[in-house]
Amino acid sequence: MAFEYAPAPESRAVVDIAPSYGLFIDGQFSEAADGKVFKTVSPSSEEVLSEVAQAGAEDVDRAVKAARKAFEKWSALPGAERAKYLFRIARIVQERSRELAVLESLDNGKPIRETRDTDLPLVAAHFFYYAGWADKLGHAGYGADPRPLGVAGQVIPWNFPLLMLAWKIAPALAAGNTVVLKPAETTPLSALFFADICRQAGLPKGVVNIITGDGATGAALVEHPDINKVAFTGSTEVGKAIARSIAGTDKKITLELGGKAANIVFDDAPVDQAVEGIVNGIFFNQGHVCCAGSRLLVQESVAEEVLDALKRRMQTLRVGDPLDKNTDIGAINSAEQLARITELTEAGEAEGADRWAPACDLPSAGYWFRPTLFTNVTQAHRIAREEIFGPVLSVLTFRTPAEAVEKANNTQYGLSAGIWTEKGSRILWMANQLRAGVVWANTFNKFDPTSPFGGYKESGFGREGGRHGLEAYLDV
Amino acid sequence: MSEKSEKSERLSVFKTYKLYVGGKFPRSESGRVYEVTDSKGNWLANAPLSSRKDARDAVVAARKAFGGWSGATAYNRGQVLYRVAEMLDGRREQFAAEVAAAEGISKAKAAAQVDAAVDRWIWYAGWTDKIGQIVGSANPVAGPFFNLSTPEPTGVVVVLAPQASSFLGLVSVIAPAIATGNTVIVVASENSPLPALALGEVLATSDLPGGVVNILSGRTAEISPSLASHQDVNAIDLTGADAGLAKDLQIAAADNMKRVLRPRGAKDGDWSADPGLDRLKAFLETKTVWHPIGV
Repeated sequence: MAFEYAPAPESRAVVDIAPSYGLFIDGQFSEAADGKVFKTVSPSSEEVLSEVAQAGAEDVDRAVKAARKAFEKWSALPGAERAKYLFRIARIVQERSRELAVLESLDNGKPIRETRDTDLPLVAAHFFYYAGWADKLGHAGYGADPRPLGVAGQVIPWNFPLLMLAWKIAPALAAGNTVVLKPAETTPLSALFFADICRQAGLPKGVVNIITGDGATGAALVEHPDINKVAFTGSTEVGKAIARSIAGTDKKITLELGGKAANIVFDDAPVDQAVEGIVNGIFFNQGHVCCAGSRLLVQESVAEEVLDALKRRMQTLRVGDPLDKNTDIGAINSAEQLARITELTEAGEAEGADRWAPACDLPSAGYWFRPTLFTNVTQAHRIAREEIFGPVLSVLTFRTPAEAVEKANNTQYGLSAGIWTEKGSRILWMANQLRAGVVWANTFNKFDPTSPFGGYKESGFGREGGRHGLEAYLDV
Repeated sequence: MSEKSEKSERLSVFKTYKLYVGGKFPRSESGRVYEVTDSKGNWLANAPLSSRKDARDAVVAARKAFGGWSGATAYNRGQVLYRVAEMLDGRREQFAAEVAAAEGISKAKAAAQVDAAVDRWIWYAGWTDKIGQIVGSANPVAGPFFNLSTPEPTGVVVVLAPQASSFLGLVSVIAPAIATGNTVIVVASENSPLPALALGEVLATSDLPGGVVNILSGRTAEISPSLASHQDVNAIDLTGADAGLAKDLQIAAADNMKRVLRPRGAKDGDWSADPGLDRLKAFLETKTVWHPIGV
């Protein structure tokens, strides 16, 4: 049976979006040198939220110069002082978390339940965690007095805009670097609000610079000769281009790229828990998650039972208004991403996989995609190999643990994996065999600032989070 | 007896230097060799001039060996590395002679290099079962979860050995990579490959499973591009590449996101210095495992 829900929207009144935003360079907002701007829209309504500056090469250069100038004093500050700035930021994020959650849901399209309960708490926690490292770097295992790198050029994706900003800026600043950060073209607003948090925190000007723009802006930033560090989260394709562009330089680099995680369900797993884990694994954040459990590997003997339960569960998922507190699946972030998901799912059908999606109404405006699963998928199908980055699950089966390992590892990626079984020794054996940076056993899509995150193989290199995350921003 | 007057000085037996791939000693499949001379230009030996096909064969051997070597216990890897040091120690004079000829240094200096190389194997042998405790961590996440980060080997690693330090430098780049469970394809010093090829003979008698270390001799610039772009190689150490080649190889390596250890300038010059943990950490991945805690 289906429950009827009355609308329960979160109020938009808590956030005040200006009609236009400039670039945040050297502690001030300013227009792009050539005056170019672009619009950011709400993907759930296609409403224009604001107009932001499109940074060109000249603006990138100005931002890098500001960061370079600020570096001398910032890196010379006692760690305890840097720590206090970061603690201030963490606290202000907590204070303004409702405003930021609503803003993020508006600009990104993700459900308020997730921005409120996952993104924002993790953002504050990340700053709080790395704040504490700033005056303890000599205890981190990188020598008695590890030095910062200098200016970090950071380019982040649209799927967790403010959280990815936190993952980049918090460790960089704690280690004594200054940063120029470029948020994604489709989700610039929370980073610009973060600029205001820097102002409230009294952060010295030039320590954090936020420049908005598209891929060309990002390329100009990572290729700028006066940055010392490149940190990028995004597609493997762009990551490879960045890796090529820094060849022959001294720039240090960390890349957090795509994934095609296997979520492996054994016959002894509790079905209801596993189904919740499968749903969380692939439908969390509309499947716009690099570590999403996008390949379900289910043991043949329980495949039918698991799939029946999964389909029942998928029929209860609520797709719609991101600001509605009952919404499970929000809007697809952009028309471009929707087109990519559509193209890949059509290829799935064309290649012979069976498509299924629950009946559900979709809003008339905005970008939407029903939660979808494919059965009869082979390892050669594009939907089993390529990252779809949407609410689409490809189901494969296996008979033995060895076969599960072989299929799970049969990918260019290696970011994450899931294991569902009651048998402890099997969990540990599987965890050893899987070539992935994060392994969730009997859980999925859990994140914590103390827990290193990052991939094997073409999912990138370097780790974010934990003590390991400091290494990326230290000269070691 | 007339025999005494007829006896001439004994003619020495030359060694045929061969590659070391998959635990065997093949010649180059290309049938090619190149002339190796000492620092004064005197002929020492003909070394195999490896082809790209030899490089690909070495990758296959390294991949085949990876599961067993990375899956061996750290204690076992330490035992094997220590055994390498034991075998080397018994052949110090041979290596000292080869290093002296290769690098044009005195016998005494060469002997010191070999001693340092033996000691370095022992140092790294002792690291196999400790590095995980140094670089891993138990993470106090804000929730009821067990959360543990442990290092794992990156996989198949191509090592361009230092061009100048034919033995101490060579050992200093191989030992840390295999201590942590990687398998390697080593491209020996182009002009001084003989100590590296002789090392293969030591490794073959040291309980090291075939394929864990594969040694190629030849032109670095000829062999390395196909290794840098090989889709089944996970990492590349560019120590033995000059700046121009290193840049090209790094670009090629990006195609499957190989981990790249760039040439490190002065740091790569003095192989007698304390190596620290840099090279042990260079080819490790961090794996983090979560599990709920509950009754």
